[in-house]
Amino acid sequence: MCLAIPAKVVEIKENMAKVDFGEGVLRDVNVTLVDIKLGDYVLVHAGYAIQVLDKESAEETLRLWKEILAQSEN
Amino acid sequence: MSEQLKFRDPKLAKEVAKRIQDLAPDSLVKFCHVCGTHEWTITHYGLRSLLPQNVDVIAGPGCPVCIIPAAEIDEAVQLALNGVVVTCFGDVLRVPGSELSLMDAHARGGDVRVVYGVGDAVKMARKEKEKEFVFFAVGFETTAPSTAVEILNRPPENLSFLVSHRLISPAMELLLGVGDLHIDGFIAPGHVSTIIGLKPYEIFPKAYRMPVVVAGFEPLDVLFAVSMLLQQLRDGKARLENEYVRAVSTEGNVKAQELINRVFDVADGNWRGLGMLSSSALALKKEFEGFDARKKYDLCVKKSRDLLPGCMCHLVMIGKIKPAECPLFLRECKPASPRGACMVSMEGTCRIWARYKAPTLQSEGF
Repeated sequence: MCLAIPAKVVEIKENMAKVDFGEGVLRDVNVTLVDIKLGDYVLVHAGYAIQVLDKESAEETLRLWKEILAQSEN
Repeated sequence: MSEQLKFRDPKLAKEVAKRIQDLAPDSLVKFCHVCGTHEWTITHYGLRSLLPQNVDVIAGPGCPVCIIPAAEIDEAVQLALNGVVVTCFGDVLRVPGSELSLMDAHARGGDVRVVYGVGDAVKMARKEKEKEFVFFAVGFETTAPSTAVEILNRPPENLSFLVSHRLISPAMELLLGVGDLHIDGFIAPGHVSTIIGLKPYEIFPKAYRMPVVVAGFEPLDVLFAVSMLLQQLRDGKARLENEYVRAVSTEGNVKAQELINRVFDVADGNWRGLGMLSSSALALKKEFEGFDARKKYDLCVKKSRDLLPGCMCHLVMIGKIKPAECPLFLRECKPASPRGACMVSMEGTCRIWARYKAPTLQSEGF
């Protein structure tokens, strides 16, 4: 139920957007709840984008973890 | 490698598993998550097998479909049998009511339609003006904003809402009151948190000295969260931490929160098998009561039955027992013929265990 799938915004028209779920599957989703621009990745839940994903934070999380793990190795 | 796949990197997972081994204390520790999708990730990817034997991760009441009380399914069934088109999410269809599920109501001639989201219900109601529609609005804070969006968008007059939204943090507090559960930390639900942010969890480290880590849904997210909780235990200081920073901000989705607050009041709510929890539900504000299906159709369910005889969903839902400890599990209660709500939804703990753990359980003699 609380499943949310990441998708890329490829077209915006007022409060609706066409998003790409990554396998060529395009779907119209409601984007009232988020401020987005073309190319953003959003989390989609039950036809509504609920949050914009932050790519840099994702990279940062992994970088930090690799650092932590490297430290605990030593 | 896509972002998603990076969070499934087996090499990194092994390294985190080793860190978890190193951090684990000698005594038993028990962490609780409260999200069906977390249970799916943990069971599907076999993450429990990577944890030391004395580190247990249990599933709390995090499946919004499982916790709908039978009385509210009965209301939807009543509507469907009285000529109203009931629209609902797919996994609500087979949740048992006191006597009938919505699937049973459909078999008896009721018009019950599965929708992807509330937007589909609005479209249907606009198209078929001669019929009366109800959207069965279930779900936690992740789903409630979409209901609010459509209510504020002036839905057609032939559409009303059977609101069964619930809030997650009161359920987490309930778990802390269960005397012999002995939880050592919470893995908080990532997608609910995209909406509510971190604030609602502050009470846990502050008032209960309970560590909390908000986590995402890839295997590494969950392993990182377990490792972070263990670190907190080792430090001897409970904190609120956010592992899922790529989706969850401290303040959450403020716009979504505003819409929820404009449309709903916080109310007491009944949870299947768990009883009434104060301030745990959302109810339509007075100005929107024209959209309230309960008022519009004067719904009244006097007596209801949450659990069939032998069903232990109420104990599975608070993590008190594992599905395999229920005498009905994979005997009378199976995915094709569920007796309890936890065996219905793809986020129900029993359903997930039946789907992914059955061979292991058989080999363990269950």
